[in-house]
Amino acid sequence: MSKIIKLRKGFDIKMKGKPAPTVVDIGIPETVSLKPSDFNGLYIPKVVVNVGDTVQAGSVLFHDKKFEQIKFTSPVSGEVVEVLRGDKRKLLAVTVLADKKIEYKSFEKFHSSEIHKLSKEFIQQQLLESGAWVNIVQRPFGIIADPDTSPKSIFISAFDTSPLAPDYSLIYFGNDQYFHSGIDILTKLTNCPIHVNTHASSQVSPMFSQVKNARVNRFSGKHPSGCVGVQIHHIDPINKGDVVWTISPFGVIQIGKLFLTGQLDHSKIVALTGSQVINPQYYSTITGGSIKKLISENIKNKNSRFISGNPLTGTNISDNGHLNFFDNQITVLPEGNQHEFLGWMKPTLSKLSIHRAIGLLSFLAPNKEFVLNTNMNGEPRAFVLSGVFENLVPMDILPTHLLKSALSEDIDELEELGIYEVIEEDLALCEFADVSKHNVQKILREALDLVRTS
Amino acid sequence: MKFLRKRLDSVKHNFEKGGKWEKLHYAFEAFETFLFTPNVTAPLKGTQIRDAVDLKRLMVTVIIAMIPCLIFGIWNVGHQHFLAIGQEGETGVKFAIGASLVLPIIIVSYASGLTVEFLFSSFRKHSVNEGFLVSGLLIPLVLPPTVPLWQVAVATIFAVVIGKEAFGGTGMNVFNVALTARAFLYFAYPSQLSGEIWTYLGEGTQTVSGYSGATPLAIASQSTGNVISDLNSFGTGWGEGIYSFWNLFWGGIPGSIGETSTLMCLIGAAILIITGVGSWKIIFSVFSGAYLMGLFLNAVGSTPMTEIPAYYHLVTGGLAFGAVFMATDPVTAPQTEFGKWFYGLFIGMFTILIRVFNPAYPEGIMLSILLMNVFAPLIDYFVVSANKKRRLKRATV
Repeated sequence: MSKIIKLRKGFDIKMKGKPAPTVVDIGIPETVSLKPSDFNGLYIPKVVVNVGDTVQAGSVLFHDKKFEQIKFTSPVSGEVVEVLRGDKRKLLAVTVLADKKIEYKSFEKFHSSEIHKLSKEFIQQQLLESGAWVNIVQRPFGIIADPDTSPKSIFISAFDTSPLAPDYSLIYFGNDQYFHSGIDILTKLTNCPIHVNTHASSQVSPMFSQVKNARVNRFSGKHPSGCVGVQIHHIDPINKGDVVWTISPFGVIQIGKLFLTGQLDHSKIVALTGSQVINPQYYSTITGGSIKKLISENIKNKNSRFISGNPLTGTNISDNGHLNFFDNQITVLPEGNQHEFLGWMKPTLSKLSIHRAIGLLSFLAPNKEFVLNTNMNGEPRAFVLSGVFENLVPMDILPTHLLKSALSEDIDELEELGIYEVIEEDLALCEFADVSKHNVQKILREALDLVRTS
Repeated sequence: MKFLRKRLDSVKHNFEKGGKWEKLHYAFEAFETFLFTPNVTAPLKGTQIRDAVDLKRLMVTVIIAMIPCLIFGIWNVGHQHFLAIGQEGETGVKFAIGASLVLPIIIVSYASGLTVEFLFSSFRKHSVNEGFLVSGLLIPLVLPPTVPLWQVAVATIFAVVIGKEAFGGTGMNVFNVALTARAFLYFAYPSQLSGEIWTYLGEGTQTVSGYSGATPLAIASQSTGNVISDLNSFGTGWGEGIYSFWNLFWGGIPGSIGETSTLMCLIGAAILIITGVGSWKIIFSVFSGAYLMGLFLNAVGSTPMTEIPAYYHLVTGGLAFGAVFMATDPVTAPQTEFGKWFYGLFIGMFTILIRVFNPAYPEGIMLSILLMNVFAPLIDYFVVSANKKRRLKRATV
């Protein structure tokens, strides 16, 4: 059953600020925020609460205007304090002031042995109603799963190879039972093969290795071997017309908990990482939680960037921001807002590069952990150098050609070159390595939206 | 450096929109970013850290790889001068004579090319691309030391305008810019770019008796017997063994400024390959293609040219220089890794074919690279189609 897939292409970015394996409980964050921008494919969010309303964990905050059954629910109980809107009244976030003790909206609960008796319709209903449904991401395009489609398979990546990534066996520790029940529920819901992909060389938590009702695959290789899109490509690739679902281990655990305890539990452990953090370690918090408490008196200096997510795919959220929905990592890096005299010519061992052009010496120190800032290290240019992206994407895909057809908005070409198989994270390394400093992930997302809506 | 930064910041507003010298914005930007890398940070969403590499550093790497060829070329211009007039020359004097001929060509090439680049960047409102930093040095290296300076300027301007900017600037051009300049001169002013033009003789000097400035390929194409013995006996009396295999390899022969020494080209190749800036696949396959074609002609041919040992082809003409610095131009080469193999092989093979069978153009590397520049997109097309077909095939399974 279990395959081992070796991936040769890719690159591991080693950075300073790895989290120490300790978990600090700092209680419930003051505020929790749900941002529509975290969900691709959300048509128009319709807010159903007003400022001042009290909500429970699991109460609906907004739903999709087009697909009304897809509901976005509050991770905590408390009072709605802000409905933030931007240009053209676009909804940016709904923020809840969290109670000291969370009150959960109750859903139906079952014993783990009863799960196999549940009907597909009931499971779907409870997932949608509770808001746990939005954990399910649909490929192609990486959008919220459409309840009316049935996938040909479900993929779960059980390891993260991104820079400074949290250790899954630590952040999901003690949730084995919920994870296994979650898998059972997904099996019941879709009746399709479920793949749990683990790392071949590191010790795999029994949560993943001893899962029933799913195939355990093993991958070895550098980043992006942990990206679920890469894994799909090697096991059950997506062709035009195919639908595959992906879900994070957190999502599976949450679904398991929902059915075993009747509560939508959004508590999670996140890693606070990065060279600007004094004590990088793990913290228990809540999805969408404010990062204020985590970072207080734990940051080296003010000129820092606060990122929800990892340095390759994250979002700059500032020091009073909230975690993004799918993230289990906060990275704090020095801002690179300084000029550097002859910076393009100086030999340097302190800046990381996957290239070896004159003066870029980081390849001499393959195990060094780098302190990297947010400077672009150059100006935007036309695509010139070739062959670099091809070494960073462990798929039978031509990234340069894909991106060029994305820029020229050629839908047929995009389809033929494999746009259905990738989302931003799969090509994030290309954005890092690009000599011409393109915003690869933005270009790709625009192309994905173009193909999806065409 | 703070002083410099402050000065720049204090005058910067003049070059912004609405400023006094708004039109010079991109020229100022090029100057400013040359001195200081910008303080621009990664956007809100996406990759928050960026690789330390940029196009400037890449281009400088190529320039550094060309420096051995340049220095050797400067020496060699002087060296050939003394060989021709039959005198012994000090190394320093050789360099001095070489520099007095080569540096003006380089200055004219950069000045005319960069002027066009700056003008276009102002008209078309885009940043000045660094590509010309390389082309500007490549052009002098493929020209004879005796080329009139005005021709250098005309050729450079032609190459940048028609060869590059007409296609949309750096990254979009179909033809290698430096070779476009070379080909332009070759066809527009053939009298200054063929025949015995490779050696600077100086005014009022007499060549040594028996001297001939014929190139190895010219001798080979006129040979009626054994090419190798003709080459080995060439130069008797004034430059014993000048066209022996090892002297051809080392490069102390008449020719274009930078391309005579195979050894220096190989040093450049090593720099390009170690730094990963030049594609080793292309360099290796050009040499392989030339060698294999040489072997093939040895096997089937019967004219003196076809009987030249295959390894002689690798050290004659501009093959090495073309393989290392021209064929590897990432913009005009195929962009698929698989396609690079074919591209290089064909360049090598065509070079030898043109050399051997077309006496009008004894040097084939320029023409064969330009030819393959045209076919590079076609090679890519086949490789990309194969990728698409693999994906389609999978769907039916």
